[in-house]
Amino acid sequence: MEPFRQHTGIVVPLDRVNVDTDQIIPKQFLKRIERTGFGQFLFNDWRFTPDGTPNPEFILNAPRYKGASILLAAKNFGCGSSREHAPWALGDYGFRAVIAPSFADIFSNNCGKNGLLTVVLTESEVNKLMKRAKETEGYQLTIDLELKQVYDDKGFSASFEIDEFRRRCLLDGLDDIGLTLRHEAQITAYEQQHTALA
Amino acid sequence: MSKPRSLFEKVWDEHVICTPSDQPPLIYIDLHLVHEVTSPQAFDGLRAAGRKVRRPERTIATVDHNNPTTPLALTILEPISEKQMETLRKNCREFGIQLFDMGSEDRGIVHVIGPELGFTQPGLTIVCGDSHTSTHGAFGALAFGIGTSEVEHVLATQCVPQQKPRTMQIDVKGKLPAGVSAKDLALGIIGKIGTDGGTGHVLEFTGEAIRALSMEGRMTLCNMSIEAGARAGMVAPDETTFAYLKGRQHAPQDAAWDKALAHWKTLHTDPGAHYDRIVEIDASSFAPYVTWGTNPGMVVPVTGEVPDPTFASTDADRRAAERALEYMALSPHTPIQTIKVDRVFIGSCTNSRIEDLRAAAKVIKGYHVDSRVQAMVVPGSQKIKAEAEKEGLHDIFTTAGFEWRESGCSMCLAMNPDVLQPGERCASTSNRNFEGRQGRDGRTHLVSPAMAAAAAVTGHFTDVRHWEYR
Repeated sequence: MEPFRQHTGIVVPLDRVNVDTDQIIPKQFLKRIERTGFGQFLFNDWRFTPDGTPNPEFILNAPRYKGASILLAAKNFGCGSSREHAPWALGDYGFRAVIAPSFADIFSNNCGKNGLLTVVLTESEVNKLMKRAKETEGYQLTIDLELKQVYDDKGFSASFEIDEFRRRCLLDGLDDIGLTLRHEAQITAYEQQHTALA
Repeated sequence: MSKPRSLFEKVWDEHVICTPSDQPPLIYIDLHLVHEVTSPQAFDGLRAAGRKVRRPERTIATVDHNNPTTPLALTILEPISEKQMETLRKNCREFGIQLFDMGSEDRGIVHVIGPELGFTQPGLTIVCGDSHTSTHGAFGALAFGIGTSEVEHVLATQCVPQQKPRTMQIDVKGKLPAGVSAKDLALGIIGKIGTDGGTGHVLEFTGEAIRALSMEGRMTLCNMSIEAGARAGMVAPDETTFAYLKGRQHAPQDAAWDKALAHWKTLHTDPGAHYDRIVEIDASSFAPYVTWGTNPGMVVPVTGEVPDPTFASTDADRRAAERALEYMALSPHTPIQTIKVDRVFIGSCTNSRIEDLRAAAKVIKGYHVDSRVQAMVVPGSQKIKAEAEKEGLHDIFTTAGFEWRESGCSMCLAMNPDVLQPGERCASTSNRNFEGRQGRDGRTHLVSPAMAAAAAVTGHFTDVRHWEYR
């Protein structure tokens, strides 16, 4: 996967709590057997009217957020279904990171496996950024994963915590199956003494 | 004396293969359940890397999401659904995985057949590329949903790197009132702790009300743990669990049963064990619930009314409630029992088991579905369908005007042809009332099977505690 070290990009504010993965990628698009090409369906029911034309009221369709690569979201983003199609769609659309006060566990895990960084900031930091992203056209943030810092050029700066393993995988674009298979001998030894479902 | 441990810690400790210095603990996975929607890309990944499935005998697969619930021979499948189902068949053949395919009498929703066939057992670690894997925790297994990358990881290595979750005890004291089901317990708990109340935690449900639940009820409750954001839900195994499992096709037999049973009996939380958080709940305070909004935490008792968003505690919650009411086409203060429904769906991995169908049939018996309501029952598995037919439940349903279907996930997520039309309002026994979940612009109200059945008869939400059974 593509490593994530430092990224600067336009921020689009999606100011809704509890955005679930059914909204990020509705079920009718889960029938594809590929890993790619889901960006066109991202937020489909919000982004497009039933006849398929872009919904001008949905923030991703506002011209000023064209090319945005950082999604600023509210609490419990990515709740619900475990569908990894959600980070696939976000990544394929062009997002490199999502910032929110909290994420659902499975979604956050899935993002980490796909080079998509989830950044947890405090509610008040996110609110501050929401305001800036709404007020300033072309508002950009820089996320530095090595330093665990988010900042803009107008004096905002915040640090964030992230699971160290996930951070390293993202920084180096690591395939964690390969990492696990380094412990092949231990897995085999465990299997030999493990009696469950014998 | 060793340190007192919780049920979760016991199962966790038993499955830690190693804790590498640069990786989270590697957890061994005893049982991997696979379905057609979240697996194709994982198998592609294996092929691309030249990897095999490490333990095909610990992996079972079924088709449940795409399949129609009308008789297969009479149904034309959407080509893209057919392709996804066919892809699973090919992958199972290539990698040597047992598949419960369309023709199998053991087929059904993955979280229904795992327990039903006896694959799901206390103390196991179970994963599936599906968030409702939490269902299996009802047996005292540690069971959680994973994404497709992790599916590939488990297929290749039979383990998964996991940070140890925190624990939360949900202690439900006292008895549930008559007419209040496990589904109501689940909805009530989510209403209390919120849809992110369990994030980062494994829930253990304890207390008198939990002990009194059947395995079906415990499965309903653990199934909905994910709707509280929890990593998993667990119930310590007891005589109810053992009685359910004994004699099941893939449960241990004879000497192996005795050995397993001795182990299972150790799987309970020791007195004095630590939980990171404890929530105490009084079962007698529960009522039949109906969701009014677009997530499972937006819930009120059937005797209540649609809440007024102006009373929301935060600005964000107020906006979310307003948006939900707009989507649901409801006004604040509307009494829940005056809300009319167009469709009724009894099914899903939450509420499609034999006990659920019995509860619904008991309400329906001697009544007819309201003339403006379209109602359907989708059993969780072919075995449940057969059992219900043996008991004559299908006659009760069809005589009352319900459609009696083949098994599958069906209108819980509407990936198959069972879809709400825009604007339709549905009383559903499923688990998610998200926008568009059952069909774009469809409006879902989550309820128990008995409540869904009552709504089908009267055409609006109705308190089953006062139902006149015939």
